[in-house]
Amino acid sequence: MPQELLRIEAKKPGGNWTDPAVQFRKGVFCYSAAAKNVRALDLPNPRDWQPFDADWKLPPDWKRILLEGMKERLEKYRSFRLFMDICVRCGACADKCHFYVGSGDPKNMPVVRAELMRSVYRRYFTLTGRIFGRLAGGRELTEDIVKEWFYYFYQCTECRRCSVFCPYGIDTAEITMIGRELLNLIGCNTNWVLEPAANCFRTGNHLGIQPHGFKDSLEFAADELEEITGIRVDVPINRKGAEILFVMPSADYFAEPHYYTLLGYMMLFHEIGLDFTFSAFASEGGNFGLFSSHELMKRLNAKVYEEAKRLGVKWILGGECGHMWRVLHQYMDTMNGPADFLEEPVSPITGTKFENARSTRMVHICEFTADLIHSGKLRLDASRNDRWRVTYHDSCNPARSMGLLEEPRYIIRNACHRFFEMPENTIREQTFCCGSGAGLGTDENLEMRLRGGFPRANAVKYVQEKHGVNLLACICAIDKATLPTLLEYWAPGVEVGGVHELLGNALVMRGEKPRTTDLRGEPLSAEVTHA
Amino acid sequence: MQVVYSFGAVGAVMVAAAAGLVIGGSAWIAVVAYAGFAVFLAGFCYRVVQWAAAPVPFRVPTTCGQQTSLPWIKSAALENPSTTSGVLGRMGLEILLFRSLFRNSQAGLHEKRLILSEQKYLWLAALAFHWSMLVILVRHLRLFVEPVPALVVALARIDGFFQLGAPDFYVSDMVLACALAYLLLRRFRDPVVRYISQFSDYFALLALIGIAASGLSMRYVTRVDVVAVKQFALGLAAFHPVRPAALGAMFAVHLTLISVLAAYIPFSKLMHMGGVFLSPTRNLANNNRAKRHVNPWNYPVKTHSYAEWEDDFRAKLKAADIPLEADHATRASAD
Amino acid sequence: MRDRVPIAIGLLLFVSMVTFPVWHAAYAKTTAVGPRLKLPERQKACVAPVAFMRASHMKLLTDWREGAVRSDRLTYTAYDGKKYRVNLSSTCLGECHTNKKEFCDRCHQYAAVSGPYCWDCHVDPTSVARRTP
Repeated sequence: MPQELLRIEAKKPGGNWTDPAVQFRKGVFCYSAAAKNVRALDLPNPRDWQPFDADWKLPPDWKRILLEGMKERLEKYRSFRLFMDICVRCGACADKCHFYVGSGDPKNMPVVRAELMRSVYRRYFTLTGRIFGRLAGGRELTEDIVKEWFYYFYQCTECRRCSVFCPYGIDTAEITMIGRELLNLIGCNTNWVLEPAANCFRTGNHLGIQPHGFKDSLEFAADELEEITGIRVDVPINRKGAEILFVMPSADYFAEPHYYTLLGYMMLFHEIGLDFTFSAFASEGGNFGLFSSHELMKRLNAKVYEEAKRLGVKWILGGECGHMWRVLHQYMDTMNGPADFLEEPVSPITGTKFENARSTRMVHICEFTADLIHSGKLRLDASRNDRWRVTYHDSCNPARSMGLLEEPRYIIRNACHRFFEMPENTIREQTFCCGSGAGLGTDENLEMRLRGGFPRANAVKYVQEKHGVNLLACICAIDKATLPTLLEYWAPGVEVGGVHELLGNALVMRGEKPRTTDLRGEPLSAEVTHA
Repeated sequence: MQVVYSFGAVGAVMVAAAAGLVIGGSAWIAVVAYAGFAVFLAGFCYRVVQWAAAPVPFRVPTTCGQQTSLPWIKSAALENPSTTSGVLGRMGLEILLFRSLFRNSQAGLHEKRLILSEQKYLWLAALAFHWSMLVILVRHLRLFVEPVPALVVALARIDGFFQLGAPDFYVSDMVLACALAYLLLRRFRDPVVRYISQFSDYFALLALIGIAASGLSMRYVTRVDVVAVKQFALGLAAFHPVRPAALGAMFAVHLTLISVLAAYIPFSKLMHMGGVFLSPTRNLANNNRAKRHVNPWNYPVKTHSYAEWEDDFRAKLKAADIPLEADHATRASAD
Repeated sequence: MRDRVPIAIGLLLFVSMVTFPVWHAAYAKTTAVGPRLKLPERQKACVAPVAFMRASHMKLLTDWREGAVRSDRLTYTAYDGKKYRVNLSSTCLGECHTNKKEFCDRCHQYAAVSGPYCWDCHVDPTSVARRTP
C-alpha cells in the first residue's frame, strides 16, 4: 500500500453534511453479503449486488420498510428514541472516534454519524421536521441516504468510545446497531458479517468448522502442548456431566496468534484439574449477529445456554473475546435466559463464589484466572516471558461494556516482568478500537481499517519507542486477528498475543519437562530485543 | 445559512414582541406568556411520557471504570456502578457536574503523532452556563412569589455579594453572559463545531442571548419598574392577569423570547434537560450478570437447535467419536 | 420495565416545581395588588414623574451625587421647572421620605430589591424630622 494513500491529515471539515453523496472507493468499504448467506439466515432480499453499483436492487417498497422499521424500533428501544432526541451537538464526541481521527472524514464524527439517521427521524417522526423540513434539520429519505447509511454504519466499530465522552451518554453503537438492522430489512448487508453469521448458525462457529474439524484442531493443540511441556492434556468435547462448559471464540482454535491463547487455556485447565468440556456445537462464543441485528444476535447466542442445559453443566466459562463478552454480559441472560438450569458459579479450585455472575452464570476466564493466582493456586515463572516487553490493549467491549480492566492486568503482572501501560487516555475506558471490530475486519476494507486503527497503533508506537515494547497483549479475538496487520503497518516489530498465552508461558506445570521454548516455539533463553 | 435563519428567527420574535405590544398592549404579552408556558408544559410531559413508553429492552450501561467482580479488586463505584446508590451517584455527578464532559480531550496531529491534550473549556462554559442559569431562574422567583421566600433572598444576596453599583451587580449575570458568548463564538469559530451546528443550535443560543441581553438591560441600563413587573407576574401566576403600568418594549421582548423558547423546548434538543435523566447508558447499574434484566418484548426466534445440528453432522460426529444424543444412523446427513 | 413509576414521580416533581408560583399564588391567595405605600404628606409631587422614579430613583441619585461632587451642581431643575436643592438628606429624606418602613421598604421587600442603603450613611429622617419641628 503506497505510503501517501494513508496520509493521516487533520483537515478542517468542509462542505455540508446534509449532502448524502458517498463514493465507494476500493479499500474503504465492505462487499455486500452473498445471496446464499442471506438465504441461509432467512433474511430479506437476497440478490447479487455491490455497494459500488449504481442500482442496489432495493425492494420496491424499501422506503416504507425503512420507515416502518424505524417506527417499530423507536417504540421498542428507549435508547434509540432518546438518542434521536437529545443530542445538543456540543461536539465533545467529534474527535473521540478513531475513524474520524484516521480518515478526517467529518461524517465519521459520532455526532454526524448519528445525524445521518436523526435527520431522517426528524423529517418523518417529529412535528417540526414534518412542517419545516430542512430548516428543522430534516432530510428526505432517498436512495442516496440508504447508500450513505450503509457506508457510514459500516464505518463504525460500535466501540462506544464516544459514549464515554458524551454528556448524555449517547451511544453511537446503539444507533449504528439500529441503522444496520434497518439496512438488513431491505437486504443491504456485508458479507464479512453475514457469512460468519450463516456459518455460525449452521455449524456452530463463524469459521464454519465442522465437528470433526473442531476436534482435530483441539487434538492438534494437545499434541503441540505435549511437545512443549511433555504433558498430555485432555480434550473433552461434548462431555455430559462435566462441571463447566468452556466457550471460546472460534478463532482461538483456528487462527494465529489466537491459537497460543488456546494452548494457555488448555494448560491451565489441565494444571488445576478442571472438570470441564468443550462443545463442538457451542463452538463459538463470538457473535457476528451483534453486528447485524438484535434478532440475529439472539439466534446465534441461543446455543450457549442450550448446550449448557443439554450437557448438564453447573456453569459456563468464557474465553478471551471482546464482542462475545458484550453479548454474554449485556444481552445473553435477557435474550435467552433465565439460566435457572445452571448453578451460581463457584470456582471448584478456590471455592470463590463469582457473585457478579450469579444470574447469567457465566464467568470470564480472566476473572477465573485472576482468582486462581490471587488464591495462590498457580505457580508462575514470569521469567519465561522475559523476551516480551508487554503493553496491554483494553478491548472495547470488555472495557466499556463490562469494566473488565484489572483482572487481565493482574494476570499479566503475575505472568511477566515487564509491563508498560500506554498513555492514559488511550487505555481502560478510553481505549482506542483496533479499527476492525463490529464486522469491518475484512481485507477489502483494509485502508479504512488502517486509518481507524491509527490512534491505537500510535499509542503502541509511543510505548514501543519509549519502553521498547514488543508485545501487545489483548483479550479479543478480533484484536488478535487484525492488530498484527495494523501494527505491521504503523508500529512494525510489535507482536500481538493473548493474556492466557502469557499465562501459559509462565505456568509451571506439575510433571512438565524442562521448557525450552515458549508457546510460539521460540527459544526461552534468548533475550530478544527489538529496536 | 443556518446562522442567518436563526438570527432571522430571533429577530422576528423580537419584532413580533414589539408589534404585539403596540397593537395588543400588555394583554398580548399575557397571552404569549400563557401560550408559551402551556405548550412547554404539555410538550415536555408528552415527550417524557413518549420516552417512558418505550421500554429499555437491554441493560447497556457504558462502563467507565473497573467492574465489581472479585472482592479484592477495587471497583469504580461511581464510574461503573453495580448498585442503585452507585447509579444515583453517577447520575448526580453527570447532572450536577457534567462528569462525562469533564473527560473531554482534544485530538491533534503533530507530525504523524496523535496528541490528546486536555480540553476543559467546553466543560467549564457548559457548567458555568447551566448553573448561572439555574441561579437566575431561582432568583426570578422573587417576581412570582409573594412574600419572597427567604432562600431566594439569600441567594440574591450571595449572588450580589460584591454590591457593585446600584442595583447590585449579580455575578451570575456576568457568568451567564460570558458562557453564552463563549458557546456562541465556539459555534462560529471552531470548524468542527461549525460543521455540525444547525438552526436549532444557533436559535437556542441566540434566543438565550436575547433573553439575557433584554434582562440585563432592564436591570442595568434601560431599567424597569420592578414592582409593576412583579404585579404583572403575580397576576399571571394567580390567573388574574392585570394590565400593568407600561413595562416597555424591553420587557415585551424579554417575556416574548422566553415564551417562544419555552414553547420551543419540547420540539428541540433542549429536551436534553429531561432526557439526561433517562439515558440507558448512564442510569443503569452494571450488574448484568448478577441480576437478570427483563425485556418486555422478548420474542422467540428461529434458532438452529442442537438436535438439528446433530442431525446435520451425525456421520461426522460419529466418525470423530464425539458423543451423540441420539443415534439415528439412517438419518445422518450427507454433510 | 419498572421505571415508569420513578419517571412519573420525577416528571410530577418537575412540573410542580416549575408551576410552583401558581400553587403558591393559589395557596397564599396572592393578588396582583402591589404594596400599599404611605405617601409623603408635605409634598404632592416628586422631583421626577412617578414612572421614572419607580424604575430609576437610584439612577437619579447617582446622577445627583456625580453632579454635586464632581461638577458642583447643587441645584436640580425638575421636569416641571421647579428647582430643588441637590441633597439626599434634606431634600429627599428630610422633606418627604421620612418613613422608610412604610414607604421605601414596602416596595423593596415586595420585589426583594436589596437596600435601600441610604440610612447606612445618611441621617435617619425620623430623627431629623424630630429635631426640626
